[in-house]
Amino acid sequence: MTDFLQRLGAGFISAFERLGRASLFLFQMLMSLGSLVGRFGLLVQQLHASGVMTLSIILVSGLFVGMVLALQGYNTLVSFGAEESLGVVVSLTLVRELGPVVTGLLFAGRAGSAMTAEIGLMKATEQLSGLEMMAVDPVKRVFAPRFLAGVLSLPALAAMFSAVGVYGGYLVGVEVLGVDAGAYWSQMQAAVSFTDDVCNGLIKALVFGFVVSWIAIFEGVDCVPTSEGVSAATTRTVVYSSLAVLGLDFVLTAVMF
Amino acid sequence: MNVLNESLDEGATLVRIRDLHFRRGSKAIFRGLNIDIPRGRVTTILGPSGTGKTTLLKMIGGQLKSERGSIVVDGLEVGKLRRRELYALRKRLGMLFQSGALLTDLTVFENVAYPLREHTDLPENLIRQLVLMRLHAVGLRGARDLQPAELSGGMARRAALARALVFDPMMIMYDEPFTGQDPISMGVLLELIKTVNSALGLTSLIVSHDLEESLSISDFVVVISDGKVVEAGSPSELRASASAWVHQFLNGLPDGPVPFQLPAPDYRDDLLDAPAGSPRGGSTR
Amino acid sequence: MNSRTVEVLVGLFVLLFLAAMFVLAMRVSNLTSLSGGANYTLVAKFENIGGLKPRAPVSASGVRIGQVESIEYDAETYQANVTLSIDENYAEFPLDTSASIYTAGLLGEQYIGLDPGAEEDYLVDGDELTYTQSALVLERLIGQVLFSRSGGD
Repeated sequence: MTDFLQRLGAGFISAFERLGRASLFLFQMLMSLGSLVGRFGLLVQQLHASGVMTLSIILVSGLFVGMVLALQGYNTLVSFGAEESLGVVVSLTLVRELGPVVTGLLFAGRAGSAMTAEIGLMKATEQLSGLEMMAVDPVKRVFAPRFLAGVLSLPALAAMFSAVGVYGGYLVGVEVLGVDAGAYWSQMQAAVSFTDDVCNGLIKALVFGFVVSWIAIFEGVDCVPTSEGVSAATTRTVVYSSLAVLGLDFVLTAVMF
Repeated sequence: MNVLNESLDEGATLVRIRDLHFRRGSKAIFRGLNIDIPRGRVTTILGPSGTGKTTLLKMIGGQLKSERGSIVVDGLEVGKLRRRELYALRKRLGMLFQSGALLTDLTVFENVAYPLREHTDLPENLIRQLVLMRLHAVGLRGARDLQPAELSGGMARRAALARALVFDPMMIMYDEPFTGQDPISMGVLLELIKTVNSALGLTSLIVSHDLEESLSISDFVVVISDGKVVEAGSPSELRASASAWVHQFLNGLPDGPVPFQLPAPDYRDDLLDAPAGSPRGGSTR
Repeated sequence: MNSRTVEVLVGLFVLLFLAAMFVLAMRVSNLTSLSGGANYTLVAKFENIGGLKPRAPVSASGVRIGQVESIEYDAETYQANVTLSIDENYAEFPLDTSASIYTAGLLGEQYIGLDPGAEEDYLVDGDELTYTQSALVLERLIGQVLFSRSGGD
């Protein structure tokens, strides 16, 4: 029994220690963001790696999610005679919740894990040490650009997800199911507020981008520099990022809506 | 602020290590290490695997801090340098990692040019000339557009050497440069290290456990075991050493001061110690 | 992938983001229907506002001309003070205009409908609407029906 308690205690202490290290690392990264001002090339490179490369999966997913929302929404609304409100259902669900959250999860799985694997591999092949010995600060040259790229990419991707999803809903709702096009758009426009819904959704996505990028980069830097270590770190990134996105979603929704 | 232990121009000694202590976890890596690395010569640090030789290089470069003791490089106490001064010192040192540590997303040319682009504002044509000169010195001018993944191990190390040379450092540190090389690459590397050392007037510090190769080009050898210096001197002095340990190491003898059998209970007792419940019973328990 | 391709793709990415934002702003949300222009305020007092909420539409003849800015309870008059924000283009409502709370459709949200009166002078910023009709509360309606039926027998 005491053995179990001891291990539980030790586990908690090491978890806190890890969290402390991660926070110090985040602070270091934030301090280094200033050095990116003159070096857009690095940022553009990373925007390509995390933003552009995630684009295809986001657009396809957005389309399908929008179409499914229209299908499911129609099925339920038609029994109340309220199928004209389909536009409202699809758009609010996407803009407020599914856009930021699903994009966050997909981003964590695709771009986040790629960041962790790349950085972990750089650590395992001593490239990070090499940079330090060349008097180049890896926080400024390797981590800060990736972090900023993640923070900027996620809201952009979430906006695209929502926009494509709304059109997906239009395709299914209006073209296939026969909802009136005018009603679809006009009711949506009356119900969705730009400042309260769209912007809050983007703020959520921004917070998600911050957290997912932080976790992904830290796990890469903190991993054991072997192949098993890198793969374990990649798995941890996806799991922790996903949990963080879902948990923060609840908190942010409670605060904002 | 006094970071100088002695006068700036050390003369014969470039790196002075005194009473160095370091532990990783609960294991003591260094227990009072004292080494003087002479300027302008090839020095090899020998020792069995796991004695912390790579750790020593990292400590000279300031990546790790010692618990106790001092490392003075060209008159500067490494452990007490501020970040900016440490970075300035690192620009004067070159390090060759075991795997080369080239950046995998850049070509060979871009890798060698990397330090120049990061730390200087030199115009492109000047950078090109400097890079090509270094590549020529290591014989890789023809490989300039290859990706690191396309290079063999030996070529990667040569490219890394070119990169380390780009600022004409005062000292180059080689971390296990001879491990796993075929005879031709080995010969190339040995030749390069010797030539680079004499032609550029560098100090070379090699960390290795490859005996013959290291001894063949070294001017000064330091043997480390168990966290301390066991023997130090020129290769011929070492071969003539009276120490049984050095004798075992240099001749690759399987048994000697470093025993073949790890400490274990008495052999006979171990064999006869059958599990409880069998006919023989738990005899010695 | 050379750096030029990378830059072009990132540029495309940013363009797509702006296009998505444009779609979300113009086609999905109510940004276009929000009057960028100036508004003036009127106050209306109701016995019962039912399910009226801030930002609910204010319409005249079914056309949206403004929105409900705020709703407060007045402890002195025991009524609800509703502040209406109306587009300045529609500034010609007679002094005896009445405000009623209607429901859009059977289950829809509630909104305020303005019926113009016959006076010659117009309402200006800050004026109060004298004639108001509260929302229909279902329970009271049922109670009235039951009462009148039992009374009529």
